[in-house]
Amino acid sequence: MRYLRPDIQLLGLVVINAAILIAAYQIIGARFLSPFNLQSMAGQVPEIGLLALGVTLAMIAGRGGIDLSGIALANLSGICAYLILGPFGDSGFSGTGYLLALMALSVSFGLAGGIVNGVIIGYLGVTSIIATLGTQLLFTGIAVALTGGSAQTLGFIPELDDFANEPVAGMPLSVWLFLGVALCVAAWLRLTRSGQQLYLMGSNVKAARFAGIPSKALLLKVYMIAGAMAGVAGVIIAARTSSLKWDYGTSYVLVAILVAVMAGVRPEGGHGRVICVVLAACALQLLTSFFNFLALSNFLRDFAWGVLLLAFLAVMRVDLSGYWPLRPARDGPD
Amino acid sequence: MSTADTRATSGEGGIATPGTQRFAEWVAAHPSAFPLGLLLLTCALVAMINPAFLQIGNVYDLLRASVVTGLFALGVMVVLSSGGLDVSFTAIGALVMYVITRYVIDHAPDMPMAPILVAGLVGGCLLGVINGVLVNLLRAPALIITIATQYAFRGFLLTFIGTSLVMNIPASMSAFNDLTLVQGVNADGQRVRVPAYFLVFAAAAVVSWLMLNKTLIGRAVYATGARPEIAARLGFNVARVRVFAFAWAGALAGLAGILHVVSNRLANPFDLAGNELTVIAAVVIGGARITGGTGTVGGTISGVLLITLVGSVLIQIGVPSIWRTAVIGAFIIAAGIFYAWVDRAAGRS
Repeated sequence: MRYLRPDIQLLGLVVINAAILIAAYQIIGARFLSPFNLQSMAGQVPEIGLLALGVTLAMIAGRGGIDLSGIALANLSGICAYLILGPFGDSGFSGTGYLLALMALSVSFGLAGGIVNGVIIGYLGVTSIIATLGTQLLFTGIAVALTGGSAQTLGFIPELDDFANEPVAGMPLSVWLFLGVALCVAAWLRLTRSGQQLYLMGSNVKAARFAGIPSKALLLKVYMIAGAMAGVAGVIIAARTSSLKWDYGTSYVLVAILVAVMAGVRPEGGHGRVICVVLAACALQLLTSFFNFLALSNFLRDFAWGVLLLAFLAVMRVDLSGYWPLRPARDGPD
Repeated sequence: MSTADTRATSGEGGIATPGTQRFAEWVAAHPSAFPLGLLLLTCALVAMINPAFLQIGNVYDLLRASVVTGLFALGVMVVLSSGGLDVSFTAIGALVMYVITRYVIDHAPDMPMAPILVAGLVGGCLLGVINGVLVNLLRAPALIITIATQYAFRGFLLTFIGTSLVMNIPASMSAFNDLTLVQGVNADGQRVRVPAYFLVFAAAAVVSWLMLNKTLIGRAVYATGARPEIAARLGFNVARVRVFAFAWAGALAGLAGILHVVSNRLANPFDLAGNELTVIAAVVIGGARITGGTGTVGGTISGVLLITLVGSVLIQIGVPSIWRTAVIGAFIIAAGIFYAWVDRAAGRS
């Protein structure tokens, strides 16, 4: 049970989720908690959650690590996969086969993009900010050039639509897939040697070097995983919106960082829990839907996200662990 | 990283033969020479592929097109030199330009150009101070904080101020656009000119150079960027230096916003957003490191001219302009890799 240790961050996130649900129920009414709305909200969590997990891994690795190329790579992977497979009607695949082929190709492209990031950062020694700013522009630019800037419409494919929207055991398959991926990442971080080494490297780069931690290979691994997750996000976006476009979700660059910071992932490295990221992604989605119900404009929402990110950075500066009676939150692996 | 560590790194990778190490040391010691050389090389290459490129009109066009990017870039360079990073400058520029243009039209339509420019400077400076204070208070990476303020400033502008275009800009701004510094006629008979507002960019470059090289605060900026703990022991107030750098960037961004309205003859609140990475590309190619302490005015201007040139000559050398974004991304990556190698090989990282 120690992996579910209720630190104050986790508890805070549960409270935040509950508070948003209650506030939305009070203001909007039962409509907000209808099964349809809950499923529709859940269906939107995976893409942002996957990108936030990528940012989280980069942040845990330390040295100001961050991955700004996530959504650009997700769009590019989805677009490349679709361009190779061609429209569903001409591909000769069954619906499920098409989905699986799309997934396999998109994850491969995501992995390739992640390797590009990992090699530039890990082996060529470029800071992750510059490297991923550059690849963000590069991936976006390739997607623009390949599509001529226009949206790729997949059309209605029942299996794809079901994957992102049709509940199985309460939630769409895409959500189960996201939870599965999150579980794998958590297991990698907590149970494997390289996961533990990642936390150590993030908390003290110099000590990690003297301890013989292979930091270059580890960085490559981090960005490969982040890239693969971006590839999965690309397919989920394609399935949910039935289209792919190079500039889909531009605000996800901020939102992914916001989710990670909300989850208590420290930008200075060495600290962060996957379950908190999942809960933070849920909270942010609840808030987005709440704003949609209130018919707030996208601009006001962007304003709110900016202010919220500053607010959470401020909260992070206040150390509440001394007031937490059970066990103070510890840095690093446990 | 200490020198001993660096030696170990360069030894293990075997990256520095004596010749390449001398080259790396030369690049590190002459920060503006490399981007300038790259700019001249690019011009020579384009001229070889398409001789029509070599005419005075293209120079005029290049100078005119680099004003707004150049002002932004000078500010970002100062912030990078102080060890920070700013991605909110386009939002600052948009907010300042829209608020001021609207205010002048509604309340003071006869306001001359000089006070408008000063208002842009002051408005941008105040927003920059917000960035700097937040970076000090929240002690989080400047990138994350300025991403947040970027959304906050832009969201504030579009939610609370307005989303409609302002087509009839104040008379003084329109007249300022018509003021011409030099003009000429292209080979195809097209009239080309360098507008007088180019002088604002030139003045900003000179003042930034004087600030960085001839004043104590300039030394403080570099010291804070390179080694904050040593700067603090030298008696510099590191927090105040950071606020100063962000304020400088904000002021130049405000100025850039005003000149954007002048050159386009309209104030569109949706403009400027999305240009952050082009500006950062120019600054990084110009030799400023994200690790602080290295930016130069000369390098930055060369980087700006190079990026502006690359954006506009792709068609002339037969590359479809749709590849522009990807090419600029590749430039950022290449510059990042190159300078990371220079720092390792010259033992400066």
